[in-house]
Amino acid sequence: MAQALSVEDLLDAYRTMKTIREFEDRVHVEFAKGGIPGFVHLYAGEEASATGVGMHLRDDDRLASNHRGHGHCIAKGVEVKGMMAEIYGKRTGTCGGKGGSMHIADLDTGMMGANGIVGGGPPLVCGAGLAAKRRGKGGLAVAFCGDGASNQGTVFEAMNLATVWKLPVVFVFENNGYAEATDSRFSVSCKDIAQRAIGFGMPGRIVDGHDFFAVHEAFAEAAERARSGSGPSLIEHKLDRFFGHFEGDNQKYRPAGEVARLREETCCIKRFSKKVTSEHGITAQQLGAIDDEVARLIDEAVAFAETSPEPDASDLLTDVYIKY
Amino acid sequence: MARKITYQQAINEAIDQEMARDENIVLMGEDVVGGSGSDGEMDAWGGVLGVTKGLYGKYGDRIMDTPISESGFVGAAVGAAASGLRPICELMFIDFMGVCFDQIFNQAAKFRYMFGGKAETPVVIRTMYGAGFRAAAQHSQCLYPLFTHIPGLKVVLPSSPYDVKGLLIQAIRDNDPVIFCEHKVLYTLEGDVPEESYTIPFGEANIVREGDDVTIVAFGRMVQQAMKAAATLAKEGISCEVIDPRTTSPLDEDSILESVENTGRLVVVDEASPRCGMAADISALVARKGFSSLKAPIEVVTPPHTPVPFNGKLEDLYVPNPDKIAAAVRATAGYKA
Repeated sequence: MAQALSVEDLLDAYRTMKTIREFEDRVHVEFAKGGIPGFVHLYAGEEASATGVGMHLRDDDRLASNHRGHGHCIAKGVEVKGMMAEIYGKRTGTCGGKGGSMHIADLDTGMMGANGIVGGGPPLVCGAGLAAKRRGKGGLAVAFCGDGASNQGTVFEAMNLATVWKLPVVFVFENNGYAEATDSRFSVSCKDIAQRAIGFGMPGRIVDGHDFFAVHEAFAEAAERARSGSGPSLIEHKLDRFFGHFEGDNQKYRPAGEVARLREETCCIKRFSKKVTSEHGITAQQLGAIDDEVARLIDEAVAFAETSPEPDASDLLTDVYIKY
Repeated sequence: MARKITYQQAINEAIDQEMARDENIVLMGEDVVGGSGSDGEMDAWGGVLGVTKGLYGKYGDRIMDTPISESGFVGAAVGAAASGLRPICELMFIDFMGVCFDQIFNQAAKFRYMFGGKAETPVVIRTMYGAGFRAAAQHSQCLYPLFTHIPGLKVVLPSSPYDVKGLLIQAIRDNDPVIFCEHKVLYTLEGDVPEESYTIPFGEANIVREGDDVTIVAFGRMVQQAMKAAATLAKEGISCEVIDPRTTSPLDEDSILESVENTGRLVVVDEASPRCGMAADISALVARKGFSSLKAPIEVVTPPHTPVPFNGKLEDLYVPNPDKIAAAVRATAGYKA
């Protein structure tokens, strides 16, 4: 059962979603200007997914993410300035500039890492779930995967193991319709990823990933099952991404006008705002104040990243076990 | 107090003593218990060769059978290590790295560096390697050079019952991922092993035999073979120094270079394939850093660059043996410029 969401909870949810959106929109702009090196995969459009899940997570819960990880990091509580500096490759970044966008991790907040390997995270959360189970304090671990990862053998192995060992783990599949440039209607062998849960002996649900409330409610059930020792669950969030697979993607595999239409029709933040202002007594002014606060935070984060120092040459050889 | 036990018993004893000491240690792998979920006996196998037999009775659910899905459970061990446990994970044969390598080299090996020094991954992956069991091409390989190639992994090749106990306890207490390679032919080897717990540091070679004429660097099971060759050669008046590096990563470069400085001659014996293996690596090290000490070309003794054959005669031809090692030593000792 989903617990009732207070006005404060809803404002927090809005702040998280808005922070993710602003963060990603800004990274998109700064990347195009040439300030950000490497490969960057943006999460805009999927904010309700990370936020609706993240609100259920305790500090001692663990989350394993994927290459599209910025939203998961923010929803798990990773500090935004450090994230931005990491994406810029600066010494002040979450990982000292040695990880980058695809490898932001912060074990102190339970964030086990974005991951550059599709399907890399699910086996890891089985271990985090095992550690939580042995601690016996009701902790859980969640893995976020895409529709692409849903076809990886590592993911099947992890789902099987999670049921065999009855682990407090939740597998969330964010099905945004495209694995890189290949449509999930082509690459996924069944209509819904959630159907695969049956084969691994766990419950599977399909959720409208644009609907924060639906995500929040569905994860409440999976979290309760995990924390009570009843085992793993699978949830498929059907949603859309507003940018390409990576920054620089020509997106020619998408029909003309698709992104503009999706931004208009499926935006989870617009939908959330409409609902909470009409049904939960939250005012446009309250949301506007959060918008301003978030805009300042992202400005500060970019300024912090831009003015932060590069790693020292000596950092090349730190955090290794053996120097040759 | 030392008494004679086998390599296999020494491994079991090391795990037992460490699990009694630290309840965060768990052991997982295929049939490390044997019998899970069945109507017969638990601890039916205690590992495919019985190495972990008896531990289930002492430690219960800390000893965990897994499905046959190496990516799943090796990854789980890595994730558990990054979440506060200290897992010992058994990859039954090193050959099976092919179905779980990503979790080892892209995940475990990377965390500390890639996450800016904030992550520790204290996992030990125990794995069986090597030819000699007529186990053919997919259960006999010496793939440790592949692990040695990856920054972020420590790679251990114990060659005796004494070493295997001390090095395994060291591995379990280490805060980084360790690939612990156990030669299947050595499991029945007996030797003096103290009953009490002890550690052997990584990156410290063992001078197994001292000598003045030729340095033999040998790895894992090849240490035994090199010692047999050295005994034969001593009767011919050739004095060999036999060095067991014990760990390929970290590697004790100094002990090798100091020995070659004294002998001026080097033979490297490795059971791994000849290209990009330890024989090539040690040769390059000495050619680069010990060139002025060398009185003769470096000799290497390795298998040919083929898969491991099944047929016993062919397998025996494949694996380096004392005769081949002795021949290589004679060649370098007799070299005239």
